[in-house]
Amino acid sequence: MSTPLIQALALRGGYGGNDILQGCSATAAAGEVVVIVGPNGAGKSTLLKAMFGMIELREGQVRLAGEDVTGLGTTELVRRGIGFVPQERNVFPSLSVHENLEMGSFTARGDLIRRFESVYALFPPLAAKRRQAAGELSGGQRQMVAMGRALMLTPRVLLLDEPTAGLSPLFRAEIFAKVAEIGRAGTAIVLVEQNAREALAIADRGYVLATGRNRFEGTGAALLADPEVAASFLGG
Amino acid sequence: MDVLGFVNLYVIPGLVLGSIYAVGAIGVSLLFGILRFAHFAHGDLGTLGGFLALTAVWVLGLQAIEALPLAMAGAAGIAILLDRLFYKPFRKAPSIVLVMASFGVALILRSAIQLIWGAESVSYQSGIQRPIWILDTFRIAPRHLWILGGVAAIVVAVHVFLAHTRLGKAMRAMSDDPALARACGIDTEAVIRFTWAIGAALAAAAGVFAGMDVHIHPSTGWDMMLPVFGAAILGGIGRPYGAIAGGLLMGLIEELATAPLFFGASLLPPAYKSGVAFAVLVAVLLVRPTGIFRGKLF
Amino acid sequence: MEGYLLYAVTTLILVGIYAVMALGLNLQWGYGGIFNAGVAGFFAVGAYTSAILTSPGSPQLVHAFALPVPLGLFGAMIASGLVAYAIGRICLRLESDYLAIATIGIAEILRLVVRNQQAYTGGAFGIPNLPRPFDGLGLPWSMIGFLGVVVLCIVLVYAAQERLSRSPWGRVMRAIRDNPRAAAAVGKDVGAFRLQAFVIGSMAIGLGGALSAHYFKFIGPEATEPLFTTFIVWVMVIVGGSGNHRGAILGALAVWLIWSMTEFATSRLLPQDWAVRAAYARVLLIGLLLQVVLQRYPQGLLPERVGDPRGRPTGG
Repeated sequence: MSTPLIQALALRGGYGGNDILQGCSATAAAGEVVVIVGPNGAGKSTLLKAMFGMIELREGQVRLAGEDVTGLGTTELVRRGIGFVPQERNVFPSLSVHENLEMGSFTARGDLIRRFESVYALFPPLAAKRRQAAGELSGGQRQMVAMGRALMLTPRVLLLDEPTAGLSPLFRAEIFAKVAEIGRAGTAIVLVEQNAREALAIADRGYVLATGRNRFEGTGAALLADPEVAASFLGG
Repeated sequence: MDVLGFVNLYVIPGLVLGSIYAVGAIGVSLLFGILRFAHFAHGDLGTLGGFLALTAVWVLGLQAIEALPLAMAGAAGIAILLDRLFYKPFRKAPSIVLVMASFGVALILRSAIQLIWGAESVSYQSGIQRPIWILDTFRIAPRHLWILGGVAAIVVAVHVFLAHTRLGKAMRAMSDDPALARACGIDTEAVIRFTWAIGAALAAAAGVFAGMDVHIHPSTGWDMMLPVFGAAILGGIGRPYGAIAGGLLMGLIEELATAPLFFGASLLPPAYKSGVAFAVLVAVLLVRPTGIFRGKLF
Repeated sequence: MEGYLLYAVTTLILVGIYAVMALGLNLQWGYGGIFNAGVAGFFAVGAYTSAILTSPGSPQLVHAFALPVPLGLFGAMIASGLVAYAIGRICLRLESDYLAIATIGIAEILRLVVRNQQAYTGGAFGIPNLPRPFDGLGLPWSMIGFLGVVVLCIVLVYAAQERLSRSPWGRVMRAIRDNPRAAAAVGKDVGAFRLQAFVIGSMAIGLGGALSAHYFKFIGPEATEPLFTTFIVWVMVIVGGSGNHRGAILGALAVWLIWSMTEFATSRLLPQDWAVRAAYARVLLIGLLLQVVLQRYPQGLLPERVGDPRGRPTGG
């Protein structure tokens, strides 16, 4: 396994007084697609948000390229190259597609045109709709805007919270294909998913969480093939 | 009365009044949309602007309209200070605490104004102005022309800012979703400071225009609060363009409701003019709280 | 000696009047979670109702009923309650910020009515020559007697509100205040309870207005000037600790003492024309006091009793 780019190590914490995470870990290397699955309430989203500095951690560390970044705010983490795509409310509804992408590159200096071009190349349907208000788009198109927005700063690490939630099968397949493509381009990707089977199919590695702890770990293929994993967590 | 008389006596003054409300309402709408609370000290920031302009008129010998940018800048700076002292500690608190704090700030501002400038009404200039005739049919006082022009210029500037500058778009983004804005790496505290500056500058402009229209008095701003808030809610909270429409409508409704249109009688006794805003406000909140342009609901 | 006694008694009378109002506002805010920014309006309703009922007559007034003062006080409470009920039915469904704006509007409407319905309210002239209980006894006993009336009112309002807050009604109110959605889910009619808090609280505020009218033996439209009355009662509630009846009384005492002592200091120590400006400085001081308390001591002088782990003044 190549050197990990982002590491969450033995995290314990949650919202307010409740510790949702009970000492769980996950890592991803550059170019790796890592998937986190598990039942509802297992702490998948919380783990992802903890990697983005959104959760109060009582124990554990988050490391980026070997450096301890635990406790740094989201603004700083974005500056250091982490991109985050939330599950709900992932676009600015009253802003146009183009303006949404522009917000993604708010802190970028210099020539933005190339950034726009590469995002529109990755998501061609958006180019045609660039002046339309993001709130008027379908769920799948909004997801593309959300991902494109996060990619505007060419992050080293991309965190995606249930990107295919509520999407039609066609869109799901397309989103997963895009995720794989972005990973091949060199970004470390950590993906939380409810649609576990489809997600693990494109994953290099995966983690299965339960009640805030790691239960299973392995390559995507291995987890898919494991009968115990299938029975407990993949919903048959 | 004939149509022309109607326009000259009621529609034009209604539009002038409405444009003053509009400038105040844009500020309220922006602040409400981004900071998510009803800023009760907005009116008194307007009063402050009016008195700052007055000082510029006295000390520098400027015309009121020339003193406008100075008043706006001064109010902007003071608002950033007020945010630092009184609102920043409550960023994560329920909005009602902020409303309460702003209520206190309103009184602090007003007492400071009374301390510095006294409690009397003051005019920017003395003397009677002769009305100007446009196209030989429409009659308008020169100061009203300046007010309409000033408001139009400000509205255009606000539009350009919101639609075409990075900071303006960031403000719109924060108004939509502050958490997502933070996830983009936007420095939300900086955007908030700018929001205060712009909101206060707009309030100050409304105060100066109100002062130009009649006179400036320590309660000028507070007295405008109901119509300004009503206009912002009527247009839709967080919708700056809606605030403009809401303001103009509010001004027209106030003038027309108390105009003797029905054979010498009016819909409402003129003495109850300031109650019109409240009636409109309650009607909007009960019938369509998101306003004409479907703004936010809190 | 007698001068100081009189000063103390009259100060306590004013503290008492504000305490009655603070108790009412505290019920609305601490239990109902309602930010009533229109306190001055209900003050005016109570004051004018009692004045109209008890006035012996004046050149502007069309009607003069000259009823005894207790009936005036009672009428003030009824009128305030009715107005609060009407307004509450319409406005209480609004969100907290919007409700606050609406209450300012209400106060404004009431102010306009008072100023313009001259035949009933005396218009700009107000209603003079109001009766004051125990007036015939001469100073200082008339003041002491009036103080007794005020204390009696405080005791009654306090007892009534204590009974309410200890009752199942009170427990439901606190549950609603702390978590309206959960309470609604349990099936409690949140709206009805808030309306009750609003009405009862407004009755107390109206009573305070009536007491004030009889103390000064006069009521005029200046009394409806919203800012000072509304603001200072709010500061009293916040300083005292909201959701807490004793806190409201203590807050009234503390804030009024600060207010009077600064008046004492500035009127004795400053030359005449400065003293006028000093009044504004004192209001500024009260405004700063509110900010300090909100930021540093949000629970006020007397924090909420046991049973509420948060004890914030922020009605939920």
